[in-house]
Amino acid sequence: MGRQQILEDINAESLKTDIPLLCIGDTIKVHARIVEGEKERIQIFEGVLISRKGRGIGEMITVRRVVDNEGVERTWPINSPLIAKFEIVRRGDARRAKLYFLRDRVGKSRRLRDRRRGMKHVTTDKA
Amino acid sequence: MGVEIAGKKVGMTRVYGEGNVSVPVTVIEVMPNVVTQIRTEDRDGYSAVQVGYDDIKARRSTIPMIAHDHKAGTGPKRHHREFQADGEFELGQTLGAEQFEKVAFVDVIGQSKGKGFAGTMKRYGYKGQLATHGVERKHRSPGSIGGHASNAGMSGRIKKGKRMAGHMGDERVTVRSLDVVRVDTDKSLVLVKGPVPGANGSIVVMRPSIRLRKTKAAKAAEVAAS
Repeated sequence: MGRQQILEDINAESLKTDIPLLCIGDTIKVHARIVEGEKERIQIFEGVLISRKGRGIGEMITVRRVVDNEGVERTWPINSPLIAKFEIVRRGDARRAKLYFLRDRVGKSRRLRDRRRGMKHVTTDKA
Repeated sequence: MGVEIAGKKVGMTRVYGEGNVSVPVTVIEVMPNVVTQIRTEDRDGYSAVQVGYDDIKARRSTIPMIAHDHKAGTGPKRHHREFQADGEFELGQTLGAEQFEKVAFVDVIGQSKGKGFAGTMKRYGYKGQLATHGVERKHRSPGSIGGHASNAGMSGRIKKGKRMAGHMGDERVTVRSLDVVRVDTDKSLVLVKGPVPGANGSIVVMRPSIRLRKTKAAKAAEVAAS
């Protein structure tokens, strides 16, 4: 067995198969598991998906939201077991792969992005 | 003393361990290590176990080596090495990943990647010189290497062993006390935590850790007893 194959077999155990199609610019809810002592609860973080980085087991996503006029960004490995679920709230219209420019946007221009042209390729889900 | 088993470094990845923590691991594919000779006190003056690993075609070996391996009932091997270990071994016995099932920590020995001729900054972490303040063309130089009459010299020359630029890497490196994250005997894989010297595909040697810190030693004993 090739070296790459061995690694892929190991990764296959932790790769999630139930991740919905997440596009840059989408507003999503991330259900994150929070462990507090004995108890475990789910915290929902809702925001705009501004970046997907890496691939395979190491893929990271960054979600940005604004709380009390303060930008908050959280980054997770997409395959982390600490994320229970992804929910898509709204499909956004983004022309680039990384939406870092949102950090510099203030007020209305920040939420300007919405609706996607030609959603056909998205509706088929999990291409 | 524990066994020393050779394997191939496959590469690095991550696994999610206890508490869903991401653990960086190096995957090592353990090769079948066949006992090719047993050194005894009576005959050789010391006791040790010799193992052969990495199969090769007979025409790549030599007649004496083929015969040597054949005595152990195995085909020709590329490498042979000896180690001293407690316990009973038989000629022709195959040692594999199962040797690490009850081992919590391992030492991994490999040949580090060659870096070529490297300066003192890269090789020894010297700070170099300033970027400005009148420094010219000497930004990465080591600076003074000591006076010839000081303790660094005394004999009109620089003391031996003075750290200077030179060849870096491509040397035997041992990393100690790496956690064994998982042992897969079916696929003959061992996953250890953290990086291991050498390029992917290079041969590394693993042994149960000798010399552990107190906390680690306690855990090692616990795992060994289980």
